[in-house]
Amino acid sequence: MSEMSARTIVRDGLWSNNTGLVALLGLCPLLAVSNSAINALGLGVATVLVLTLTNVAISLLRRFASDDMRIPAYVVVIAATVTCVELAMNAWLHEMYRVLGIFIPLIVTNCAVMGRAEAFAARNTPARAALDGFAVGCGFLAVLFAIGCVREVVGRGTLFHGAANLLGPWAAALETTVIADYRGFLPAVLPLGAFIVLALLIAGKNALDARARNRAAPPREATA
Amino acid sequence: MSEALRASLRTALRLAAFTAGTAAVLAAVHLATREPIAAEQRRAERAALAALLPESGFDNDPVTDTTRIVAPDGLGDEQPRLVRRARLRGEPVAAVLSVVAPDGYAGPIELLVGVRADGRVIGVRVVAHRETPGLGDPIEKERSDWIDGFAGRALGDPAPARWAVRRDGGDFDQFAGATITPRAVVGSVRRALTWFGENRDVVFGEAGTAPTRAQGGTEGRQ
Repeated sequence: MSEMSARTIVRDGLWSNNTGLVALLGLCPLLAVSNSAINALGLGVATVLVLTLTNVAISLLRRFASDDMRIPAYVVVIAATVTCVELAMNAWLHEMYRVLGIFIPLIVTNCAVMGRAEAFAARNTPARAALDGFAVGCGFLAVLFAIGCVREVVGRGTLFHGAANLLGPWAAALETTVIADYRGFLPAVLPLGAFIVLALLIAGKNALDARARNRAAPPREATA
Repeated sequence: MSEALRASLRTALRLAAFTAGTAAVLAAVHLATREPIAAEQRRAERAALAALLPESGFDNDPVTDTTRIVAPDGLGDEQPRLVRRARLRGEPVAAVLSVVAPDGYAGPIELLVGVRADGRVIGVRVVAHRETPGLGDPIEKERSDWIDGFAGRALGDPAPARWAVRRDGGDFDQFAGATITPRAVVGSVRRALTWFGENRDVVFGEAGTAPTRAQGGTEGRQ
């Protein structure tokens, strides 16, 4: 554990130990904010940023946080980091804050942040902790974005609706209507749809992993 | 002092020091960002109000020329509601009323109603609501143009009885699958206009006065 290669860190974060699909941490924001592709992208980007910063902060402070007080200390550090990001964004990146701002306090409810602090950042150097936070965040972003895209297409028949608000006027071209004159499919937009799409994604990942395992180790009958 | 007590005291002190350090960082960030954030909020508020005020023709700052008025029948709330005023050389030009529609499908709907001094609507915007996504949310300007249907209307245009959704015999569209939400918004705008017509003096009274108890609209009481 102590000397994981950078490659393993990235692969774990993105795939083998993906927070959304394997660790199943951070389901609250994952299910709540994935009702459209752009919302998902917004929360995902904010999560990558915060997770990287909190991992670095925890790693820097890891020698001061003794074993018996580390959990409350992490809570304090994570809450403070999230608040600082929110304040700084509100002051100096106000346009972005108006779109991402509502997502930032939600990140505190993402136990993946606490999970990475405890499982990784507290035992590794700041550089490696930053890489881990970034990789885990990107893995979360990918799952969130995938669920968001599926729910938006099935639920509303559009894709990237509201892109111009998040990314700037050039992104208006991204806003597409996938199914014209679609009446909408409400269950996909409601939380129910989030659970179903997440379950399908997990099943898909397990199927891919199972196939990869079978290919690596041929069935026993062949060798016996 | 026993060893166990000493150990927990040490832990507590350490945690306290940790928390104090974090609080200091937070305080510094707060101080550094306080002014820029306040400036951005004023700018954003001005931009948001632009759709609810005349493009020109007033010389005060409606963001700061405000009062709070209690008018449960007109503004839909037992609590004081914020009213912003636009004036030209002290004369009333327009007002932005903060109104709540208490009878939304999933709870209250917060509205801003911009109205000229003569009672004609400049614009209406939904500030906050919890209506069903996909059914009730076309009241948001970002999702449909429905809310623009109020612009330029007044209590006589259409007649008060037709200030209702079509299903109730009025002039305003409802949405497929959602009647309650637009009904709540239309009714709330109508009550606000009725109240405004009878309480213009209260709305444009002294700036910065304490919450005023205004007469309710007479609608539904006669």
